[in-house]
Amino acid sequence: MESRSIALEHEPDIVVARNEVRRLARALGFSPTDQTRLATVASELARNVVKYAGHGRLIAQPITDSDGRTGLRLIFEDTGPGIYDLAAAMRDGFSTGGGLGKGLPGSRRLVHEFQIESSPERGTRVSVVRWT
Amino acid sequence: MDGAQRIPVLKVGRVLVVPIQVDMDDQMVISLQERILSELERTGARGVLIDITLLEMIDSFIGRMLSDIAAMARVMDARTVVVGMRPAVAITLVELGLELRGVETVLNVDEGIRLLRDELDGHDDEDEATLLGELNLFGESFNRA
Repeated sequence: MESRSIALEHEPDIVVARNEVRRLARALGFSPTDQTRLATVASELARNVVKYAGHGRLIAQPITDSDGRTGLRLIFEDTGPGIYDLAAAMRDGFSTGGGLGKGLPGSRRLVHEFQIESSPERGTRVSVVRWT
Repeated sequence: MDGAQRIPVLKVGRVLVVPIQVDMDDQMVISLQERILSELERTGARGVLIDITLLEMIDSFIGRMLSDIAAMARVMDARTVVVGMRPAVAITLVELGLELRGVETVLNVDEGIRLLRDELDGHDDEDEATLLGELNLFGESFNRA
């Protein structure tokens, strides 16, 4: 299955992103609960891009490991201002945007792999994987 | 047109019934919250029943809306009950770390009506009998749907 790239610029793009991720997850054979986990992660992380960076994109990549297990990798990247204090942003309840501070730490709990890189020069890139 | 207008806020007796049947973007979430609060004020409703049976996902934004509605409704002397959360949504909510503080959740509309009926039982109000009749009718038609 091919990768999908979704532009993240406006609030309605968040809905597009989570629906597209759910559709892909279903097509890849993820359970209904995993589909919901992935759609929720997509919603949280796409919102971060739209809200804090203004524009960026989501790349959704179906992947397979050496044992033939299927997974879905979601990459959220933007060229926004970056996250000033990454360690703080990964803690529950930390928010600079008036939110609940659940977006990043909560998303990490919903996936098997979670990587985040951020700098003022290059923006932010979050890559997550969930396996079936 | 404002997308949230597509979500009905129905007054049944002294309860506002809100069946969410569309996928909401953030603006719709905010505007639905405002509509529920203004309807609470306008009608003096004592309860809010939010049906989320068709919601496929609750992220922190929607979760926060539900908590905020419950908190604001409480200040306006109304009780908020959320019905119909799917198991997958419940599991994901917990893992995400959302508590839905102040929100009462029950399995289905029937249970929600029972809960709100208990809440209204203590009131000496001539409309009470009518209200309970209407709510029961609503529950039956809802569960059939």
